[in-house]
Amino acid sequence: MTETEVTGLRTFQPAEAGTVATDTPNSWALSMYRTALWLKSPRPYLMLIGFGLFLGFWYLSVEVLKLPRFAEMPGPTEVIDEWLNQDPTYGLSIFIPEYYMHIWVSTRRIAIAFILATVTGVPLGLFLGWSQRFKQYVFPVFELLRPIPPLAWVPLAIVMFRGSETPVIFLTFLASFYATALNTMLGVQSIDVSLIRAASCLGAKRWQIFRHIVVPGALPFIFTGLQISVGVAWFSLVAGEMVSGQYGLGYVINTSYTMVRYPTIIIGMVTLGIVGYVTSAAIRAVGDYMMQWRTRELSLGRQ
Amino acid sequence: MKMMAVDQGKAFPGTPRTLRRGHIRIEDAVKIYGPQNGGILAVDHCTFDVPAGEITVVVGPSGCGKTTLLNAIAGFHSLSAGAIYLDEEVLCGPGRLKAEPGPDRIVVFQNGALFPWKTNIDNVTFGPIMQGTMTPAQAYEKARHMMADAGLRGVENNYPGEISSGVRRRVEIVRALMNDPKILLLDEPYRALDSLTKSVMHEALLDIFYRTRVTVFFITHDLEEAIFLGHRVIIMTTRPCRPKKVLDIDIPHPRDYSALTTKRFRELMDETAMAVHEEAIKAFEAGEMER
Repeated sequence: MTETEVTGLRTFQPAEAGTVATDTPNSWALSMYRTALWLKSPRPYLMLIGFGLFLGFWYLSVEVLKLPRFAEMPGPTEVIDEWLNQDPTYGLSIFIPEYYMHIWVSTRRIAIAFILATVTGVPLGLFLGWSQRFKQYVFPVFELLRPIPPLAWVPLAIVMFRGSETPVIFLTFLASFYATALNTMLGVQSIDVSLIRAASCLGAKRWQIFRHIVVPGALPFIFTGLQISVGVAWFSLVAGEMVSGQYGLGYVINTSYTMVRYPTIIIGMVTLGIVGYVTSAAIRAVGDYMMQWRTRELSLGRQ
Repeated sequence: MKMMAVDQGKAFPGTPRTLRRGHIRIEDAVKIYGPQNGGILAVDHCTFDVPAGEITVVVGPSGCGKTTLLNAIAGFHSLSAGAIYLDEEVLCGPGRLKAEPGPDRIVVFQNGALFPWKTNIDNVTFGPIMQGTMTPAQAYEKARHMMADAGLRGVENNYPGEISSGVRRRVEIVRALMNDPKILLLDEPYRALDSLTKSVMHEALLDIFYRTRVTVFFITHDLEEAIFLGHRVIIMTTRPCRPKKVLDIDIPHPRDYSALTTKRFRELMDETAMAVHEEAIKAFEAGEMER
């Protein structure tokens, strides 16, 4: 209140306004603070209850009630027992080196495809959003190819690429690439035209605007795109691995099905869930790191 | 920076006329959106002056086309006909209907246009560094001084999203002044602020103006704001936009908020309120109020 009284009477005093200073918390302190808040909120406990209910339902329906269509399904105790067994009945558990080989092969394929999709998709999206002319050439073709599901590319992928590895990576790359490029383009288009005008007022040349305004301005959308991209990458990877390959989690699931190793199917699926979640979280973390400004804004509760 | 400190002490009531710059002359400006025949006439043979070293405020109902004029001066849009001069040099005119944007005419935008991914000080140094007129070290040095002068010490390394909207507007004005512009173009910059913040911002703007004597072209729909800030107030007709009434405000500078309660201020408000109101009604009837 005192501020309005003071400024209401006299001209503006710079010294008084100098007190708007705030200590800038570093990101470590911020994340500690947020973790503490999270632990105090009901959220982590509700999450545990959610997992508990899911496992309970599974356990009840398969192992206790033995519902008609669930009879063949492995129950949670059987899966956990197999998964954590030093000497698994069906040959795959956390103690078997082959298990990690499968995870490694899948992750490696994802990494290659994802990196390829990012280094091609982001620049393509940036140019699509930035240059009308470029978009007029490229976008119609892009939009026509995009709805073709990765699985429809399987025969062509096998014809086009040698071996079994490259076709799988190609299929994984495809879906990722579309998601990344499209979101990047939308990101560029979402930039407030005032920012671009402001930059040109301040004397920035076209490429300077591209570098300092367009690229950082599109980053939030780019990272949304990358999250989607890594998700659909796992999606099409598993499809690809079911078609060809000798290793990988998709291969594990498919062969376990043909060889009637049902608990191993579930192990493959759960592992996919965990690895997929970790890759997604890693991208989110990179995004938060690269967009400090946004992280800090959001931590203040502003959108 | 040193020059500014000296200015502050002795320059008022004004730097010598020869030093003043930023005189804008708009001559017979016409802007038609869409086809030349049958398009929307936004600006209709508009002619007026923005004197150097003064604050000129354009008042008109929302959507009347005043922003179109500002965009033509800034170089964001072309004119359909007519000419605009800055210190007697052609910005745009026959043969070249769109001006080039440049750091001699800097716009402060309606909703603010600080780059959210740059810290405040990186925003302020953006102009000189992009233009290559200063080394980064010089730019940061000058920026620190200017921000301190504007009461912005302590927010240099914050991001715009972390400070209040009033402080953001001040950062944006400092960012403009870093380039030593001839004229500041303000497009309803305080529209989104609450009235308390607004009153502080008005005095902050006057404070900056008295220190720098930069020419200001200010657009608003708020008559009170216009009379309080302006040396000259131009009331526009609703679309198509044309000066309806030009007022020289004889309330002495430097002004502060006590000017709002003076008799002269009330008289000027009474004299002009009707003219603005008429245009507001016309605009409303034309269904343009929602713009």
